Amino acid sequence: MSLSFEIVVAGGGPAGIAAAIVAAESGKRVAIVDDNPRLGGQIWRGGLTPSGETKEWHKRLEACASLITHLPGVRIVDHPAPRTLVAEAADGVAFTIEYGKLILATGAREGFLPFPGWTLPNVMGAGALQAMVKSGLSVEGKRVVVAGTGPLLMAVAAYLRHAGAKVLMVCEQASLGRLARFGMTLARDRDKLLQTLRYGRETISIPFRTSCWPVAASGAEKLTGITLRQRRRQWQLACDYLACGFHLVPNTELASLLGCRLQDGFVAVDETQSTSVPDVYCAGEATGIGGVELSLLEGQIAGLAAAGRHDQSRTHFRARSRAQGFASTLAQTFALRSELRSIPTPETIVCRCEDVPLRDLLQHTSWRSAKLHTRCGMGPCQGRICGAATHFLFGWNQDSVRPPVFPARVSTLAHFTHKLRDNDFEAKETQ
Amino acid sequence: MTQRYDAVVIGAGIVGAACARECAQAGMRTAIIEQGTIGGGATAAGMGHIVVMDDSPAQLALTRYSQLLWSDLASQLPPSAEYETCGTLWVAADEEEMAEVLRKQELYRSAGVPVEVLDQAQLREAEPNLRPGLAGALLIQSDAVLYPSAAALHLLNQAIEQGADLCAGAHVLHCGNGSLQLSDGTTFAADRIINAAGALAGALTPGLQIRKRKGHLVITDRYPGFVRHQLVELGYLKSAHSVSGDSVAFNVQPRKTGQILIGSSRQYDEESPGIESRILTAMLDRVGQYMPGIAELSAIRSWTGFRAATPDKLPLIGPDERDPTLFLATGHEGLGITTSLATARLLADHFRGAAPAIPLDPYLPSRFAAEAAHA
Repeated sequence: MSLSFEIVVAGGGPAGIAAAIVAAESGKRVAIVDDNPRLGGQIWRGGLTPSGETKEWHKRLEACASLITHLPGVRIVDHPAPRTLVAEAADGVAFTIEYGKLILATGAREGFLPFPGWTLPNVMGAGALQAMVKSGLSVEGKRVVVAGTGPLLMAVAAYLRHAGAKVLMVCEQASLGRLARFGMTLARDRDKLLQTLRYGRETISIPFRTSCWPVAASGAEKLTGITLRQRRRQWQLACDYLACGFHLVPNTELASLLGCRLQDGFVAVDETQSTSVPDVYCAGEATGIGGVELSLLEGQIAGLAAAGRHDQSRTHFRARSRAQGFASTLAQTFALRSELRSIPTPETIVCRCEDVPLRDLLQHTSWRSAKLHTRCGMGPCQGRICGAATHFLFGWNQDSVRPPVFPARVSTLAHFTHKLRDNDFEAKETQ
Repeated sequence: MTQRYDAVVIGAGIVGAACARECAQAGMRTAIIEQGTIGGGATAAGMGHIVVMDDSPAQLALTRYSQLLWSDLASQLPPSAEYETCGTLWVAADEEEMAEVLRKQELYRSAGVPVEVLDQAQLREAEPNLRPGLAGALLIQSDAVLYPSAAALHLLNQAIEQGADLCAGAHVLHCGNGSLQLSDGTTFAADRIINAAGALAGALTPGLQIRKRKGHLVITDRYPGFVRHQLVELGYLKSAHSVSGDSVAFNVQPRKTGQILIGSSRQYDEESPGIESRILTAMLDRVGQYMPGIAELSAIRSWTGFRAATPDKLPLIGPDERDPTLFLATGHEGLGITTSLATARLLADHFRGAAPAIPLDPYLPSRFAAEAAHA
């Protein structure tokens, strides 16, 4: 099977939705390829609804729905030829998607840091625990600690509390001073302030500690307690779940496969959100962690630029640069403090796919050397977790990205054979 | 300041590491230079198949000798080397290829290699995931697999334990006439320089008859027991030995982790290290023809590497006649993992003036010089 669209959007979060909608509003035939079952990405996981914060986008999507094809549960795994992607659906069916223009809106994933016990059952990503609760996991009456860094911690804490969990504490590694400066920025932005106050109402009775982080999780078969540290003080706390998130890591793998230039770990784009590869755009968290508002603006600019409506796209430039200011404040506020590098002990597992402890990594000076000799990053997650962790711990950068971008069936990787062979024969005949 | 050594080995791939180990064990003051990662070039890209091959009598002699050296070393290898004597099955698709199986059986037997012929039913029992209807196979029980980078690191560590010095992170700018200059300013003086730089050897020693031959590989998630032996189609011989043109062959390997390594492809004169869909898909298609069920398995990574190929499929081992201090240990093409130990032992015997276990002549670099003189 082969599909073809004028514009293909990779990712169905806010940036991807905004890009697809403005492109469709411009009369283009658009596809949104997304590995989740529903549109919305990580942040609007419940999908777009006629009321609430997604109201406007829901209405606009409805209005141009006939031009937008949503391909849910689909992962892009290869880029075998110009303007062509190979994708695999959740049931293993493979197909090619051809595009005129491609907009990457691949978002970000949670960052993890290894500490003793972090691989115990019930130590989870903050966003992952939230997603599991949304899918039916009951946390009613469970004692939960939310720890790490970033604005998502409060959102997750508020959500879990709403779902009946006893949220014992939120531990933020950033200092109070940094958060105060962050608060000043928020105060200049009415919407963000209101949002924060909303979380604030829900979380007002949850102890919130700054300059505080987990140094160990313990338990025999699953988590029973954690050790926290705040300045020089260290203490233990019994709990059932630890929801951990050390800010966000951009998903740049597909961009790398396509050959897009990265800068400081993010996809480099110009003012029209164009990447270094012609007809490939990027919007949202993959270009810099900036939250929903910036993602929506970048998505619209990319969508309009891809649809050829450059004048229209310029109308969002000023709002985007304001939102980018917020993004850089975010990055400064939630930068990981260097003390976190000393939490893992030599025995702490860093690569959980291949069970590689820190001790084994210390003998190496590069990602490649560590990977070849310890198997770190060789497992099914392809280094998505330990790659970011070792970047923070040792400053290592990962290898180039090769297909498959996500684990895919062997038949999916082989999918292109017949078509390419036909092309080969043609090429030979004309020589 | 110039550092003095009896022997300096260029390249810490599996061949270079093995050479440094032999030199150090022979009591020579030895250094080994690596610009990148230990075992990070063709060593890391290869399958890690310890295989006896019979393309020529000289190839059979070298691969068999080296396989026995590996077998002796096996008990000392660390678990990370994942050494396993799983055997090779040369798979015959039809009766014509079965005739080839019988021919090979005789040849291997005459070389003292234990072999067994499997008929259609026995092959089916040995490897239930091969497609039905294949004619049979030749089983070479003594063939093994290992994880090459870890094996190279082990050999290097043994060299270091014997007193060899590792000089990592700098590349060789110039070598010859007993001296080497490195990019970090270091200079070495050595009685013997061993160029074991694989596909890059020609950049240091001009005029070598080495061409890069690119290969692609894919690895799956863990499926223990899905494949039990290294499986290679007999047609591999045709494709591996075709001197020009791109070729693919069915060649899969069970890893100790339960993963399956899927190959293989061969391309001359392709310099780009990127994955080429045209080759990757043709290779996977070929694999699917022999093992249809593999299509459903999850592939997690693909990569490429460059073999150092010579015109006659034999490595270059021994003195370079143009420079009395220069020795070669390269050009192993797809057999560097297998023949690394024998290469190193033959060189060390040559240095010691000891009689080699097999004649060195077929591998001497001078064989091409002689050819050039006649031409």
